[in-house]
Amino acid sequence: MATDSKTSAREAWEAALAKAQERDTSLTTISGREIEPLYAPAETSDEYESQLGYPGQYPFTRGVHANMYRGRLWTMRQFAGFGTPAETNQRFKFLLERGQTGLSTAFDLPTLMGLDSDHATSRGEVGRLGVAVDTIDDFERLFQGIDLGGVSVSMTINAPAAIILAFFLVVAERQGVSWDRIRGTLQNDILKEYHAQNEYVFPPAPSVKLVTDTIEFCTRHVPQFNPVSISGYHIREAGATAAEELGFTLADGFHYVEQGIARGLAVDDFAPRLSFFFNAHSDFLEEIAKFRASRRIWARHLRERYGAASPRSWMLRFHAQTSGVSLQAQQPEVNVIRVAYQALAAVLGGCQSLHTNSRDETLSLPTEEAVTIALRTQQVLAFETGVVNSADPLGGSHAVESLTDAIEEEAEQIFREIERQGGMISSIENGYFRRRIADSAFLYQREVDARRKLIVGVNAFTEGDHTTVPTLEIDEAIEHTQLANLSRVKAERDQAAMQQALDEVRRAAGAKENLMPALLDAARARVSVGETMAALAEVLGRYNPAVSSS
Amino acid sequence: MSTATRSRPIRVVLAKVGLDGHDRGVQVVARALRDAGMEVIYTGLWQTPEEVVRAVEDEDADVLGISILSGAHKTLVPLLTEALRAKGLSHVTLILGGIIPEGDIPTLEQLGVAKVFTPGASLTEITEFLSQAARR
Repeated sequence: MATDSKTSAREAWEAALAKAQERDTSLTTISGREIEPLYAPAETSDEYESQLGYPGQYPFTRGVHANMYRGRLWTMRQFAGFGTPAETNQRFKFLLERGQTGLSTAFDLPTLMGLDSDHATSRGEVGRLGVAVDTIDDFERLFQGIDLGGVSVSMTINAPAAIILAFFLVVAERQGVSWDRIRGTLQNDILKEYHAQNEYVFPPAPSVKLVTDTIEFCTRHVPQFNPVSISGYHIREAGATAAEELGFTLADGFHYVEQGIARGLAVDDFAPRLSFFFNAHSDFLEEIAKFRASRRIWARHLRERYGAASPRSWMLRFHAQTSGVSLQAQQPEVNVIRVAYQALAAVLGGCQSLHTNSRDETLSLPTEEAVTIALRTQQVLAFETGVVNSADPLGGSHAVESLTDAIEEEAEQIFREIERQGGMISSIENGYFRRRIADSAFLYQREVDARRKLIVGVNAFTEGDHTTVPTLEIDEAIEHTQLANLSRVKAERDQAAMQQALDEVRRAAGAKENLMPALLDAARARVSVGETMAALAEVLGRYNPAVSSS
Repeated sequence: MSTATRSRPIRVVLAKVGLDGHDRGVQVVARALRDAGMEVIYTGLWQTPEEVVRAVEDEDADVLGISILSGAHKTLVPLLTEALRAKGLSHVTLILGGIIPEGDIPTLEQLGVAKVFTPGASLTEITEFLSQAARR
């Protein structure tokens, strides 16, 4: 019988491959040699079938599509946003005119923290690390002249994500684009904020409830949109190891799945729209193994533990970003090389979308020249190296398979440890995640200090003075423009409608209803992000974990 | 490194000012300074310059270490040095760590920052600098 299932798995893959479109390009080496779409043993064992299988098939270790990049390359999606909505709108149009098909929106720190630009702690931060957004007027300006029915938009926002989703849907509505045509991704992964990134506002449980509201709302009304991008990137940047990044992130994913099921949704109705975001760090083989292990673990848990029946629910799709924390201020040109190797690992690991960091990001936001080199790095990888010609080209390597198994086992130990700690919310509240990440970050730094791990330009091959590269300056006048725009909106809006909408947000939060309808009405009434967040905080509370001292 | 010549260990307040939540660096530095025998008070995230300076005063700190990655240092550091001056705390050694463009460092030093540590600075470098600065 085993032989029959092996034959049928191979046949199913061949059938999928025959149906798959191929890009209109030469799929041979530079020397003209034909490259097979997949290299696999002629005689496969039962272990091969259960651990690896074929690309596009359970357990998806070798990729989520039958022919991977022979069919479609990953999306080259560079993250952009700075200054006021009008400036970022110009940058978006610049990128679209140059053939970019997806937008990726970076918000400034006040917006990420759910504060208006006129809040006291926003000073100096408005429009600096991303675009400043206060009200629906800003959001409309951000996407002015951009057809939201024709472009996929990614938005990196977490604590106020439900409010930003409401803004996005109201702008689509005003453009006459029906919500079932909207494509894109909301990061909306609050759990990783408590583990690592620290842009949380409310306590964990009501925050997760808000995320579940967006999953439920999108499942019913915005079916092509990814309401959550479950993110390991920030966990890794904060110091986690590869296995911790994977274990924590997938545990977060399982928690959202459980919340969706508890809400009464059918797992196959929403699991296919959960997406992931991982870090592509410097340890080449370990990173490739991490990406492969992530797909296998997700597929197994979704099928076996959560009873998902649709292969689309089992399939882990991910965006990758090269590692910001690996970049160095010393000899910054060397960062271009680090990014190239990291990007290669992401592609050999089978990413669906990739952001490559710029060489100057240890100094400031990237200049146009630096971001162009970062994009060219992806283009060289895609069009010159040939690694796109077969699926999972390192599959079967003893080193890669052994590392994939080891990372999977370590991630499984992490899931068991989280359960022992009393589950996701208890593990956040008792500091389990933060302790593990801080320990790993410290151990790594000690290794670097002791020169047991070498970093070019930092503790090896150093040069006397720092090489300087040009950096981007953000005009301080941006803050004044944004403040003037906000005060105009606050003065001219219908105050009674605004108050009524805000009261309804408070009421719905207290009644534990799905908040999306109230947030949509608040957006229409020009209630600001800061006002809405403050009203929610009155009901949901604020989260202040203990600080450490000695 | 020895702090035996001092009547008490070096006291350090570490803080994140502004809205940026990246605290990997400040936490690693806090642990290294503690391992080196210093007393470290980490004030946590999202502090205003006024709150940080109040902590320096309350804790009678010798050193104030600020971590900024958001690019807001040009706004926040003048507010900090002004608040220190207003409280008569200009003698406190002020150090800065984070993503700071090379070109901004001379201005920050003129404002009274004793040393700016950019990515790649070693823990040994930071602890040695502080033990020497505090000995002076």
